[in-house]
Amino acid sequence: MNDASAHELSEAASQTDATLRQVLADVLGLSQDRVDDFTTETGLFGYLPELDSMAVAGLLTEIEDRLDIVIDDDEVDGEMLETFGALLAFCKAKIQG
Amino acid sequence: MNGWVIASWPSPQGDEYALAFDRSRTARLLVLSPLFDEANKTRHFIVEVMRRLDNAGIDCFLPDLPGCNESLAPLESQTLMGWLQAAAAAAKHFGATHVLAMRGGALVAPPLPGWRYAAQSGPSLMRALLRARMIASREAGTEETTEQLLAMARQNGIELAGYRLGPTLINEIMAVHLPDRLTEIAQADVGGGGLWLRAEPAFDAAQADALTAIIAKGLQA
Repeated sequence: MNDASAHELSEAASQTDATLRQVLADVLGLSQDRVDDFTTETGLFGYLPELDSMAVAGLLTEIEDRLDIVIDDDEVDGEMLETFGALLAFCKAKIQG
Repeated sequence: MNGWVIASWPSPQGDEYALAFDRSRTARLLVLSPLFDEANKTRHFIVEVMRRLDNAGIDCFLPDLPGCNESLAPLESQTLMGWLQAAAAAAKHFGATHVLAMRGGALVAPPLPGWRYAAQSGPSLMRALLRARMIASREAGTEETTEQLLAMARQNGIELAGYRLGPTLINEIMAVHLPDRLTEIAQADVGGGGLWLRAEPAFDAAQADALTAIIAKGLQA
């Protein structure tokens, strides 16, 4: 991989990170500051009581629209939704195919 | 004076309620809320938009479609065709000149000029509901796929997010097209994140102001 394509990949990765934070801000009604504080260990499904199955369904559908990916049924599990880091890693892997 | 009343209107299935701001003005807007769970999440927002429309000199009407909100009609026996007819009956009763249909509400908009706000296609609406059911089932230790659930729903109806939907409604939602005659208002035009996405119902004054301004400007044009 040359430097230019490595740079493009890291640009795309930081864009994915920002988009995911924005979707979470919209779903959870949090300020930008609050979601900027999310770390890879920040707990999501199972940690935030307001994040019920309907909210998670909306979250995933919105992620699909904004990142232009399709999330299959069998990819949706507790592990992928457990933390911000896990969801971000999943989205990044999806985008890279 | 508050300006609003809970009005009654004759749906083909019997009388239903509507929230009405009616001062017999020229511009009369039928407001159609999103369907199912999103209707609850956006109710506060819609009512605040209607207050602002009233202040801007626009009469507006938010009908309860049969089986929805305060309606006593059973949801399970409702069809999209029935909702279309009911929305048309509400439009006629209130003398609506325009329509503002939000999200899935655009699927039942009567043939009036107007707007669809962040319109949601039928398959996209079903996908979110089926996915919510799949996630809830998986959490409870039952494996269901959205494909299996949809096949079952098309045959026998299904309960999704607490809403008991009949097979005709499911099949109609999967087949219907969004009306092209309505002008699309994208969430980006209103600003911020869509309030139907919120895990907890919320209200945003800036968004209500922005949506009202778009409608008021459009009605003056």
